[in-house]
Amino acid sequence: MKAWLALPLLCWLAACARSETSHDFAVERPEPAVSGTTFLTPETQALQEDDFANPGYLWVDRGAALFLATMPDSPSCASCHGEDGGGLIGAAAIHPKWDEIDSKLVNLEGRINECRTRRQHRDALDYESDDLLALTTYITNLSKEMPLSVEPDPRAKAALEIGKAYFNTRRGQFNLSCSNCHTENWGQTLRGDTISQGHGNAFPAYRLEWQSIGSLHRRFQDCDTGVRAQPHALGSETYLALEYYLAIRGANIPIEAPGVRR
Amino acid sequence: MVTIRLSVPETATAGDIIEIKALIQHPMESGFRRGSRGEVIARDIITRFECIYGGETVFAANFFPAVSANPFLSFHTRATTSGTLRFRWTDQNGQTWEDTAEIAVT
Repeated sequence: MKAWLALPLLCWLAACARSETSHDFAVERPEPAVSGTTFLTPETQALQEDDFANPGYLWVDRGAALFLATMPDSPSCASCHGEDGGGLIGAAAIHPKWDEIDSKLVNLEGRINECRTRRQHRDALDYESDDLLALTTYITNLSKEMPLSVEPDPRAKAALEIGKAYFNTRRGQFNLSCSNCHTENWGQTLRGDTISQGHGNAFPAYRLEWQSIGSLHRRFQDCDTGVRAQPHALGSETYLALEYYLAIRGANIPIEAPGVRR
Repeated sequence: MVTIRLSVPETATAGDIIEIKALIQHPMESGFRRGSRGEVIARDIITRFECIYGGETVFAANFFPAVSANPFLSFHTRATTSGTLRFRWTDQNGQTWEDTAEIAVT
C-alpha cells in the first residue's frame, strides 16, 4: 500500500523540484543548441539556402559595392581590409567585442561606424539605414558558416549581467521573458509558428514580414513589442548587452547571414 | 542605389533553352498600407519589366500592387546569338533602370 502511494508522491515531488529549479537553469543554453533555421518551413529553408533567390544577398551585393567605394580624402574599406574583404573574415564571429580605445562594448554596427569616424573621416551611419545594413550584412556574410565565438571578456562582465538579466526578466502586458519562450519552450508552437531558441546567428536577416533585411536589434524590438513591452532604441546599451549575452549563449552555432526568417 | 541580381548562363549551345533569373531590390509599396499614425503610405511600385535579347523582347511583365517587395523573376528563352541581354524596368513615375548580361552562344 505504501509503495503504491509513494511512486506518485515521488513523481509529484520531482515535478515540484524541477519547476523550482527551472529558473536557475533558464540562463543556460538550450541543449542541443540549434539555429532558428531548424524551425522554419522547408520553403523558407530553401529560400535561405539558395544563394541567388535569397533576397538578403541584395544587401550583400550592395555592401560589397560600398566596401570598395572611395571618397575624396577618405580611404575605402577595401584599402585596409582587402578588395574581397579577406581581412575581415571571422570578424563577425567575435563581435560584440570590447573596444580598447573607448573602453566599451561594440557590436559590428558600432565597429563599422568607429572605423568610419576614426579612420575614414566619414559620418557615422544611422542604425538600420540601408547602407549600414548592407555593410553589416556583407561583413557578416564573409564569416558565413564560421561558429559564433564571442569570448566572455572580464571587462564586459557588467554588460553580460545586464543582457542575462534582460533575457530572464518578465516584461510587458503579457509578462513574458525572452527565456520563457526561447529557453523553456523552444520547439513548441505559438500561433502557428514554432518557437526558436532565440539565437542571433542568422542576423542581419531578411524577414518575410518586414520584406527587408533587418538587424538583430530590430528583431529585439519586435519581440518586445510582441509581448507588449516598451521596446528600447536600436543600438541602445540594453540591446547591445542582450546581443552580447545571446552571442555567448549561442556559442559555436554557425553564422548564416543573410538568413531568411518568417 | 538600386541593386539587381541577374543569373544568366555565360555560355550556351545554339537552340538550348536557358533559364534567366532576376532579383530586383524595390520596396513595392502597395499603397494599401497605413503607417503607425494611420496615414496612408503612398504607392511606390515597379510597373514594367522587360528583357531584350538579340533585338527582340523575349520577356516582359506588368507589375501590380500585389507583387511582393524585392520581386524575383525566373523565365526561359532559347539561346540564339552571342551578345547582350538587356534588362530594363520602370517604376510608376516613369523612372527607368537598366542592367545587362553577356552570353556566348556556340
